[in-house]
Amino acid sequence: MSKTIITVVGKDTVGIIAKICTYLAGNQVNVEDISQTIVQGYFNMMMIVDTSRSPKPYAGMVTELDELGDEIGVRIRCQREDIFTKMHRI
Amino acid sequence: MINILEVNETNKMIEQEKLDVRTITLGISLLDCCDADLDALNRNIYDKITRLAKDLVSTGREIELEYGIPIVNKRISVTPIALVVGRACRSPEDFVTVAETLDRAARDTGVNFIGGYSAIVSKGMTPTDEALIRSIPAALASTERVCSSVNIGSTKTGINMDAVKLMGAIVRETAEATKEKNSLGCAKLVVFCNAPDDNPFMAGAFHGISEADAVVNVGVSGPGVIKHALEGVRGANFEVLCETVKRTAFKVTRAGQLVAQEASERLGIPFGIVDLSLAPTPSVGDSVAGILEEMGLESAGAPGTTAALALLNDQVKKGGIMASSFVGGLSGAFIPVSEDQGMIDAVNRGALTLEKLEAMTCVCSVGLDMIAIPGDTPASTISGIIADEAAIGMINNKTTAVRLIPVIGKDVGDDVEFGGLLGHAPVQQVNGFGCADFINRGGRIPAPIHSFKN
Repeated sequence: MSKTIITVVGKDTVGIIAKICTYLAGNQVNVEDISQTIVQGYFNMMMIVDTSRSPKPYAGMVTELDELGDEIGVRIRCQREDIFTKMHRI
Repeated sequence: MINILEVNETNKMIEQEKLDVRTITLGISLLDCCDADLDALNRNIYDKITRLAKDLVSTGREIELEYGIPIVNKRISVTPIALVVGRACRSPEDFVTVAETLDRAARDTGVNFIGGYSAIVSKGMTPTDEALIRSIPAALASTERVCSSVNIGSTKTGINMDAVKLMGAIVRETAEATKEKNSLGCAKLVVFCNAPDDNPFMAGAFHGISEADAVVNVGVSGPGVIKHALEGVRGANFEVLCETVKRTAFKVTRAGQLVAQEASERLGIPFGIVDLSLAPTPSVGDSVAGILEEMGLESAGAPGTTAALALLNDQVKKGGIMASSFVGGLSGAFIPVSEDQGMIDAVNRGALTLEKLEAMTCVCSVGLDMIAIPGDTPASTISGIIADEAAIGMINNKTTAVRLIPVIGKDVGDDVEFGGLLGHAPVQQVNGFGCADFINRGGRIPAPIHSFKN
């Protein structure tokens, strides 16, 4: 199964990574890589995760992460990696 | 490994530049639905469509959610109905029941359009073809989601001028039959030359006889993405301009190819083609005219427009062809007036005329598309316009089409609302000189000399 890319964009605040990682851990999602930058107070993070052991349906996770983003005040997107690799790699 | 910049680029394309997959179209053969009994025929058609397409919409939504890319339309195309009805339809009312069956199947599977209320009459019409064509106005007036198309010519066969004459009248009758809705029926009726068998875009989609039992075709989009990429190379030479379009088209098409493969796998139906078309929508920033203007034209329609469109069309194909394993359909840039805010603006400022649009159709993927014309335009004039477009297609070995809307009760200067993706259009001036004697000659225009390649 392909990997999943989670992106988080929004105003920096305390505990963004903590809250997201807590959610992922609770759903058996393994975080394999994190890269992050802060530009002019805006938080920009990308995680590469493996959802293959998660019992949660993929669509459910996309929706719940979106809702978690609303709660924290950031935009969280959860997408299968293929959309990026197909577009940027030959 | 993919990096944060690439991920952000893709997501910016989707969120800010309106990158989407315009349509997943499920092509379904109805050839095995034939029956001499009308009720059995309708039942067979309904059962086959609803069986094969039952998961189309939900699968589209699933892919949309998982990959984070909008899939705007889920649609169905079927075998041209004139080939399916056989002896079951004896009266115009019988034909309309088949259109209503298609409409019901579309509604029950949740798709917004179903294409294939069609006849292929490039060289001649069978009595069934003609009867189906004559039933189009009533069929489009009594259905909501059914789209109709008629192929009246091809490079191999020449142009069937009897059909051209008939279609001028049918377009007018369709306008009359749907005049309460701004003659909306005509927005669902396309007259083709060289119609492809695997076009996923409405209103001209049908599932040609060269196709398998069922097939998944995908149409991409992305004018906004191309325009944004060109904003980064303002003033650069044509080499840079072309390279930028090509690279961007590659990325857009790869997204379409991915969606097509996923849909095919999940539905258990073979993948057909990706149609590399730049399809605009009425929303701001999703315009093919916007790309032409970004290239350096003051307005779409200005001198240079045909050249700009030609290079755009060609570079989109060159970029897209490597991104997809099978390319087909119409593949090129669409220039529908009502569905492209930039084109609407160009018409309103007097920069874009019907004649210039006709010139543009020589170098892009379709033809005179979604153009509102005065409601009192004679049928023979509409036939003349159809013949002109068909001639361009026949001689240049390309698909051309006419989707004109003579809006009953409206005249030049009025603006007509069609709603949703169909947008709105200013009623455009049509050349007032007649061509009735030419159209009334009847018969066929022979195939051009360069069609004899055997």
